[in-house]
Amino acid sequence: MAEPFREPQMWFHAPPRPTLVPMPPAEASRPVVDLVVDGKAVSVPEGATLLDACAKLGLDIPTICQHPNMTPVNVCRVCVVELEGARTLVPSCSRVAESGMKVSTNSDRVRASRRMVLELLASSVDLSTAPEIQKRCAEYGARPERHGSPEPASPEGERDQRVPGHHHLPEPGIARRVAQPVKIDNDLYVRDYSKCVLCYKCVQACGDEAQNTFAISVAGRGFDARISTENAVPLTDSACVYCGNCIGVCPTGALMFRSEHDMRQAGTWDESAQKRTDTICGYCGVGCTLTLHVQDNTIVKVTSPADREITHGNLCIKGRFGYQSVQNKA
Amino acid sequence: MDIVVRGPEPTDSERLAVDAVLGPPVSAWAGGFRDLAREGRISLLGGSEARSQRHLLLPALHAVQDRFGWLPPGALAHISRRLTIPPAEVHGVASFYQLFQLKPGARSQVHVCEDIACRHRGGLALEHELRERHPGSEEVEIHGSPCLGVCEQAPAALVLRHGEKTGGGAIGGATARAVESALESGSYPDAGLDWLKRAVPQSSQPEADLALLARVGRCDPASLEDYRRSGGYSGLAKALAQGPEATIAEVVASGIVGRGGAAFPTGRKWDAVAKAADPERLVVCNADESEPGTFKDRVVMEGDPFALVEGMTIAGLAVGARKGYLYIRGEYPLAVRRMEGAIKAARAAGLLGDAILGSGLSFDIEIRRGAGAYICGEETALFNSIEGQRGEPRSKPPFPVQNGLFGKPTVINNVETLVNIPLVMREGGAAIAAMGTAGSKGRKLFCVSGNVARPGVYEFPFGITLAELIVKAGGVPGGRPVQAVLLGGAAGAFVGPEQLQVPLTFEGTRAIGATLGSGVVMVFDDTVDLGDTLQRIAAFFRDESCGQCVPCRVGTSRQEELVGRIRAGKPLGSLAEETALLDDLAQVMRDASICGLGHTASSALQSAVRLWGPGILNGAKVVDNHG
Repeated sequence: MAEPFREPQMWFHAPPRPTLVPMPPAEASRPVVDLVVDGKAVSVPEGATLLDACAKLGLDIPTICQHPNMTPVNVCRVCVVELEGARTLVPSCSRVAESGMKVSTNSDRVRASRRMVLELLASSVDLSTAPEIQKRCAEYGARPERHGSPEPASPEGERDQRVPGHHHLPEPGIARRVAQPVKIDNDLYVRDYSKCVLCYKCVQACGDEAQNTFAISVAGRGFDARISTENAVPLTDSACVYCGNCIGVCPTGALMFRSEHDMRQAGTWDESAQKRTDTICGYCGVGCTLTLHVQDNTIVKVTSPADREITHGNLCIKGRFGYQSVQNKA
Repeated sequence: MDIVVRGPEPTDSERLAVDAVLGPPVSAWAGGFRDLAREGRISLLGGSEARSQRHLLLPALHAVQDRFGWLPPGALAHISRRLTIPPAEVHGVASFYQLFQLKPGARSQVHVCEDIACRHRGGLALEHELRERHPGSEEVEIHGSPCLGVCEQAPAALVLRHGEKTGGGAIGGATARAVESALESGSYPDAGLDWLKRAVPQSSQPEADLALLARVGRCDPASLEDYRRSGGYSGLAKALAQGPEATIAEVVASGIVGRGGAAFPTGRKWDAVAKAADPERLVVCNADESEPGTFKDRVVMEGDPFALVEGMTIAGLAVGARKGYLYIRGEYPLAVRRMEGAIKAARAAGLLGDAILGSGLSFDIEIRRGAGAYICGEETALFNSIEGQRGEPRSKPPFPVQNGLFGKPTVINNVETLVNIPLVMREGGAAIAAMGTAGSKGRKLFCVSGNVARPGVYEFPFGITLAELIVKAGGVPGGRPVQAVLLGGAAGAFVGPEQLQVPLTFEGTRAIGATLGSGVVMVFDDTVDLGDTLQRIAAFFRDESCGQCVPCRVGTSRQEELVGRIRAGKPLGSLAEETALLDDLAQVMRDASICGLGHTASSALQSAVRLWGPGILNGAKVVDNHG
């Protein structure tokens, strides 16, 4: 007769087997706030922004410096809406909804501000690789030309040396611009600050909202404010780790893959001929989603969808730039 | 937080200059590097402690600037390591302020005011002359400067000396000779009581009824004894006897509202902070007085520093704060010295620190120097500046009473507001509320400058009219007519000669579409080219915008360009189109900017064009219909 099974003597006690299948914790029901947007009642969870409320109603609010995965910085001011009782317009991207608010998103006052914001941007920044903003300019009837003819580009590095305060007025009829030569100081990406709208996204991505590298910051003041490394040193002398997460969040193409920049210069960049393929990065076990942009059977750049849970659009240098091994032709 | 610092190693003197402010490193973290020789003797932990010192960034940058006349990269790298701040962010902060230089500079920096009060009174000529006499040398560098807050003695200059003997001072009625003699001797005309007497013409008028200015020019600002003899610290004693709730009730009853320009009821602000859930609260005094034409806070700090210490202390005890910060603009070296002296004397006498006047309560004050940025007078930008961030305003809400400095509930008041407090306690809220008009209670300081015989800070109970005030200041010299008056500074509004009967109260100025703002009353006679003044105001906002939001960053620039076009006689399209564009710019800045700078950047221009038409920009004179 076989020995009856005996629980082995162990120096610890195994925990009891679970009786329930593990489940994610139930979503705590957040209190709801009720407000009125454009005459329609809407309820959103406490802590939601006016932009969230607008999205729930399917309203189309223009945004530039807003990014779904980042803390709002509310600097572009294109998403402003009119809040009853407020002295000024309020940025919908950051203003938290409160019960009883009455909001208009498309009043004359709102449209006038949006039109001017777009006009001011279009007159000072090169928006040629920002089709979304161009579309908004047309939609709101921005007329950037009424501010004067564009100032010539400043010499290389000149804007980086500008000091706060004292400055010179341009010739009458000239509208100041941020135009300057492209910064190309490494093989992976370029920085074309002629196209920078100063949305702070790259600084956030490089900082504590994604990469925690802190290679760049806003420097200078006023119209001369700019994105800069310390003392405007080249990226190769900065803390940059070339994750490219700044490129991922740039809304205007000011930060661009070197490959894309070179192809655009050569006139061979053709988005309509590009195929996008999602795959999982094979470099490590994290499982980041890669979107391969392929033109003529060649990977021309790699992005990552912002809505994926694992990395929220962020990658590392290997995932984003390490694709040459795939297409090395012997 | 791991940071990469690639800057050069600091020299010994650079290291010393920084460490003199920060103290020796307490952990390897506070050096930002692992020093094997010291391991075991020095803690490797302490990262969060090192990072929590970020608020010392501005003082550290000042120490380096004072010592070397610029910010050498090695010193910046050392600051980065010591405070665990990424070098790019240190650069971002350093490049934000006008008084910090990222390139080697001369030993002495002379800032000549070219702003609206000084430029017509010899400021521009002085700057030109000094530039010719001192063309780029290692010794002296000449800068054009925004308003230096010495408008009563226009033209004004400020000398800042660097090196081992650092220091500085203001020069009123400046000439090239006076500037050069200050450069040679290292002594400045702002040292004596005469300087204060000139700033407060009423101090030599025994019949003047002065309370806020009673001591300025009459008492020794360095003497705590003098202060106490003249009634000082009786307000604090009463506040201690009554307790915090009764103190706040007294301030509420007085009807005092903020004197910095926004006119928010002071008592309500205090009450909100006193009731905040967070037990750690702060008091901040906004002494970053930079509104062109404003100099009252400077005069009060220079002439009656203990009154501000007492006011801050009462505020601290009333709202349950143990710590106060006094943020003084970098262009006021004398005010900094006087306030430092007063705080030290008060501490020694048991009026600051632990167990104030034998009570169980404690409160202390720390001074922070600004470094040349008008925007830091905006309350949330000021918080960011103290915290070692760029002086960019924050989005409101949340308001400072909920989420202020270091995220704590914060009372932030202007200097003039706080020096009213000892008075409120001494005389009682009801007595103050009985003074003035229905909508404006108590006494007000006016900064009278421009074309008047006796410019200076004037104190009157609310209710005096503009015309009366101009007469009190001696009227326009030479019997010339008033062309215009700017009320409230560059962020204020012009009024015409037919509006001189306006009472200088919040409600009176509001009724004519103007503002009292910070109490600026700048008088322009018929010789002044107002178009030039307006061009300068437009340039001022372009210079001083922090650059954060689009409407203000680009809008102030476009506004300046537009004024320049009209002044050059080269409008784009018709003058009517340009005026419409000016209106559009004004509207987007007012409606969509983040902070008050953008909201008011067009108001003075708009008021002038509204009153006198766009021709005023281009040399037209105001026609006085009233003789």
